[in-house]
Parts: sequence; C-alpha cells; structure tokens
Amino acid sequence: MQLSGYERATGPGLDATFAALADPTRRAILARLAAGEASVAELAEPFAMTQPAISKHLKVLEQAGLVSQGRDAQRRPRRLEAAPLADATEWLESYRKFWQGRFKALDDLLAELKRSQGKPDRR
Amino acid sequence: MKNADTLEITTPSDQEVRLTRLFDAPRALVFDAFTKPELLKRWLFGMDGWSLAVCDIDFRVGGKYRYVWKHLKNGNEMGMSGEIREIVVPERLVTTEKFDEAWYPGEGAVGTVLLTEQGKQTLLTQTIRYGSKEARDISMKTGIDGMAVGYDRLDAVFAELAR
Repeated sequence: MQLSGYERATGPGLDATFAALADPTRRAILARLAAGEASVAELAEPFAMTQPAISKHLKVLEQAGLVSQGRDAQRRPRRLEAAPLADATEWLESYRKFWQGRFKALDDLLAELKRSQGKPDRR
Repeated sequence: MKNADTLEITTPSDQEVRLTRLFDAPRALVFDAFTKPELLKRWLFGMDGWSLAVCDIDFRVGGKYRYVWKHLKNGNEMGMSGEIREIVVPERLVTTEKFDEAWYPGEGAVGTVLLTEQGKQTLLTQTIRYGSKEARDISMKTGIDGMAVGYDRLDAVFAELAR
C-alpha cells in the first residue's frame, strides 16, 4: 500500500504527542507544569492518585517528549517541553486551514448561487 | 470572511468527530452544494493541488456514491465510496464512507450532515462516527478526520493551561 499524504504528514512524534494528550490526568499534569517545574510528590498532590500512578503518566509524557527531568538530583523536578506541543499545533492548524479553505470555496459558490437565484437558468 | 472563524471542531463521543460552521446562504442552497456533483466538485476538491475528478451520486436512500480526488500534477488518486442511508431534503443527509486505502479498521464510518436555519444563515453540523473508539483513534493518528480529534484535545490542553 502506498503511503498516503496523510500518513506522511503525521509522524511517530505526533502520534506520541496525541496519545499522551488523550488522557485528562496527563493534560492536568501539563497544565500544572506550565506554571513551573514540580516534583513527582508535588504533582501527585492535587490528584487522588498514588505517586507510582503519577509516575506512570509522567513516563508517557516523557516518552512523547512533552516533559523532561530537571537537574536537581534530590527533587528530580519535571518541566514542560513546549516544542512537541508547538509541532502538534502546527499540524492541527494545517488541518483547520484545510477545512477553512474548503468552506471558503463553499462560501464563494453559495454567494454565486444566491446571485443567480431567481434567474431562469441557474446553471 | 465573517463566517471563517465560526468553524468548530469537537469530539462529542469516543467514536465521533464533529465540525460545525455557519454559512451565509439559505438552507436549500447549502443542501444542494452537499448533494449535487457539479456543485460538490467546485468546493470539495481536497487539499491545494487536488481536484474532485470523479463525483458520482445515485441520490436515493440505498443509492451508492463514489468520489475520487486526483492530484493535478503527479496524477495520484484517492478514492472514497459509500451508500446513502437517509435523505431529508433540505436538512439531513446520512451516508456511509470508506476510503479505498482504509487507514482505520472496520467497515468505515457514518457521516451525518445536518443543516439548521439561523435566520438567513445556515448552520452546518457535520458528524463522522466510526465503528469503534479504536477506529476513531487510529484514524486520529493517520487521517485528516483524526486531526480534528487531536485539535479538540489540544484545545482542552490550552483551556487547562489558560486557567
């Protein structure tokens, strides 16, 4: 099977990003990290979850490149990595532009049809 | 364009992706634009550089349809076929859809086009329902429909980040 343009347009990086973003806990972790780096214990605090459960989510986020570990050896703080999110935004923006483009073409067509309405031969 | 920013992309359920968009035209015209091949060819041509080369529609419940997009330069083709399940002129159209090179498992998807009047304007609600969450999620990773799912998720992230 030939690789379609769509498959070429997506990469393993984006797959990992979206898989990581698919979970509400992981999105909440990213939101917390957007406010500044935090340790696993600090991240676990607002959730009704154990630290190992949080660590599991962090592992998914780290594999997707969305989170990295800071230098402090004791706290091992995690921090947000913005680049994959930016890639995903760019990719999704192109999807949005795709549909906006089609619907803009439809706008133009509808305007033309409206103008020709009432005339005996519309086509 | 005043309606250009009214496009919304959401995931109403595990198996669905939904696009909504307002059009500055009466509902009957929008319905024509979604159902008449000569009109569809003028706007559903895909990405830049592509055309909707084949658009055959047997417009009746149970009738088959087929679309083939063709790249204007390299001649690449992408085909999609399906069956019409419901027709309520000029407000509702339900069709099955399956791409020739299926990039998600199962028997394809079901697309519903719903048109509602808003004064002199028409609101389009286009929903694509996959056979399973798995199918939608795989499509999310590889297909353009899936990009909508991703977008919704990203919106959720940004909403949380903005809090």
